[in-house]
Amino acid sequence: MNSAIIDYLTVFVLSAFVGIEVISKVPTILHTPLMSGSNAIHGIILVGAIAVMAEARTPLADVLGFIAVIMATINVVGGFVVTDRMLEMFRTRKQTEANK
Amino acid sequence: MNILASTSFISPDLLAIIYLIAAVTFILGLKGLSSPKSARRGNGIAAVGMAVAILVSLTQIHPHATQVILIVVGVGVGAVVGALSARKVKMTAMPQMVAAFNGVGGGAAATVAISEYLRLGVAGRGAVVTALTTVLSVAIGAVSFAGSVVAFAKLQELLTGVPITYKGQQVVNGIILLGILGIAVYLVAVGTGTVLLGVLLVLALILGVAFVLPIGGADMPVVISLLNAFTGLAVAASGFVLGNTVLIVGGTLVGASGTFLTKMMSDAMGRSLGNVLFAAVGKPTESGGGTAGTEDKTVRSGTPDDIGVMLAYSSKVIIVPGYGLAVAQAQHAARDLARALEAKGVEVSYAIHPVAGRMPGHMNVLLAEADVPYEQLREMDEINDDFRNTDVTLVVGANDVVNPSARSEASSPIYGMPILNADQSKTIVFMKRSMRPGFAGVDNPLMYDPKTIMLFGDAKDSLIKLVAAVKAA
Repeated sequence: MNSAIIDYLTVFVLSAFVGIEVISKVPTILHTPLMSGSNAIHGIILVGAIAVMAEARTPLADVLGFIAVIMATINVVGGFVVTDRMLEMFRTRKQTEANK
Repeated sequence: MNILASTSFISPDLLAIIYLIAAVTFILGLKGLSSPKSARRGNGIAAVGMAVAILVSLTQIHPHATQVILIVVGVGVGAVVGALSARKVKMTAMPQMVAAFNGVGGGAAATVAISEYLRLGVAGRGAVVTALTTVLSVAIGAVSFAGSVVAFAKLQELLTGVPITYKGQQVVNGIILLGILGIAVYLVAVGTGTVLLGVLLVLALILGVAFVLPIGGADMPVVISLLNAFTGLAVAASGFVLGNTVLIVGGTLVGASGTFLTKMMSDAMGRSLGNVLFAAVGKPTESGGGTAGTEDKTVRSGTPDDIGVMLAYSSKVIIVPGYGLAVAQAQHAARDLARALEAKGVEVSYAIHPVAGRMPGHMNVLLAEADVPYEQLREMDEINDDFRNTDVTLVVGANDVVNPSARSEASSPIYGMPILNADQSKTIVFMKRSMRPGFAGVDNPLMYDPKTIMLFGDAKDSLIKLVAAVKAA
């Protein structure tokens, strides 16, 4: 195993702990936005889709890359937009009264 | 290893630092969700970090390449589809929306890994770590994609929400899983093969469908949370394949947090994850004896006018909303009732069970949409001791979450589920369309409690009548 793999493994393990740590502080009232927000974050696969697209040299690779880019973009854009839409609705008493 | 560094508009070091910053924004985004105050800003920060990471990855492509056009078109199409569906979706349809977005993410992760595997020469594919992470990314991504499609279809009612089961189902699923594992071991330890990877992909898609089919519609949110974690792990595995740390961090954050959230959700239902996934809960029992022996019990029912007066002259009221409230589109009517009561000096709060609605926290979103301030929304653990000092508890469209047999009757399917102590308040008003039991098909003794008054009818109509009665009182 080369050292790059060890580095990736380190990043992987530490990220897992950070993920659990951060999520355990989220109150249940925000669990739906949490699910859609974390859903948006795995849309980072778009970076991977762009990377393989950049290396595409065959028609098949073009097609696969194109599909991956579309799917990943739906994931990332849809995820963030719908989460923002939900979070915008959470208001304090003061804000809801100002809104009446 | 890092194919992104093959051309250099931005140096590999700078690229790595920008990816690191993006990874930090993801953590800040999740951290912001610890309070409704900071949540929206956190989500915005993560979105900006994501946009920056995507933009810099674009600079790594040679500007004349035709692939640039394909990427721009692909991003354009994806952005329009994603943004439009996210804007248009009704808040009640949120679980299937999340399933859909999750499915395409899983599909993208699997496709990226396949594409990279095809690109690498046979020598490159042979590296153990590459082979292992490719196989993981394809298998997990495909299961997540296919499973999400089925979850979406069930929630959208394109497919029946009733578990689809047949004899020997778990055995068949087990054999498919073994087939996947067998191919995986071969690809990692023995040799390479694109055809075998194709077979693995097909088997994983079949497994995704087969494993979600026997799970009931009411348990779908747990499945979606689990599939969300799967997609995260598939993305992390793709990160290993491509040698890209921001994919590893982003994917792992979601994989870990999704797994944890899945466990919290099954705990909130008082069931193990294994029970949710494999017990096919929600299938009508063949004996059909669920309602037998209840005909002789008496219930007390009341009129909206009487109940309105009672509410107006109480000092403390708790509203227990359930998914029936959302189905009847009655969130606004509930909020109007709360405001009318507050105008009479009554203290009102909402008791939110962790699984109220169709996914955890869903009820909060639906009430927030109706402009209910979040300070009034109280979690189960926080409010459960207050019921005994409460004059009236108003149960609207909820049933199983206030069913006392979850505490006492070991034979009940919902036994062990933590419930709201509505039965401890001085009076309970149970708003219901009819005496039909809830999704779990369980009779609710609370309806026969002498302290309970039934208010039959459509939730929205009844609430509107109650508002009028309270105002007149």
